[in-house]
Amino acid sequence: MIKVQHEDFVVADEYQQLANDNQDGAVVTFVGKVRDFNQGLGVQGLSLEHYPGMTEKVLHDIEAKAREHWPLNNVTIIHRVGDLTLGEQIVFIGVSSAHRKAAFAACEFLIDFLKTQAPFWKKELTTKGSKWVDAKASDDEITQQWSKKLIN
Amino acid sequence: MIKVLFFARLREQLSTDSLQLPASENMTTEQIRQQLAKTDPLWAKAMNADSLLVAVNQQVTDWSHSVYAGDEVAFFPPVTGG
Repeated sequence: MIKVQHEDFVVADEYQQLANDNQDGAVVTFVGKVRDFNQGLGVQGLSLEHYPGMTEKVLHDIEAKAREHWPLNNVTIIHRVGDLTLGEQIVFIGVSSAHRKAAFAACEFLIDFLKTQAPFWKKELTTKGSKWVDAKASDDEITQQWSKKLIN
Repeated sequence: MIKVLFFARLREQLSTDSLQLPASENMTTEQIRQQLAKTDPLWAKAMNADSLLVAVNQQVTDWSHSVYAGDEVAFFPPVTGG
């Protein structure tokens, strides 16, 4: 299930959905939150922009790629857009699988690729105005490492 | 026509989120980029940013991708979600 939405999500509800199949022995979830980007400015929140249509398409592609590599049952990806304040939830990734190793790896893979492939952009709202967040080279390196690891 | 979209920092720099371009034959993503860069010095700077990405019909592609009438071309900076 893939959702791009303004509203917040409730982790317990999402977990319930993911964990509904008794064939699964493992459920792994990840939640990303708005944090202070510690660039010296008082961060009050974020504004999240996305490319409607392409975002959903990319997230479906990433999910399909994960399913090629690991035996997954349920997959949930939720990403919020709009204005969010410090401490709020931004993103939820949840996967269920028969075994924990597949669930852990797939969850990490999904968030790593979401960060570098899905068309979302964060703008920090600080006490001194707003500023677009720069992409990190380290995030790209992480996705490149995945590509190497999964081919070998 | 070709529908052109701009997102995030680029959208703000250009004060534009979309425009329509007449389609001509043998057009590539690079040619559209250069055509838009000719608008004025501000557009030239924004459209020639090294990190600029391009998507055709909602799929990220390279600068030699052919573009046809009815296509949707989007320009944007590197993504920062998650």
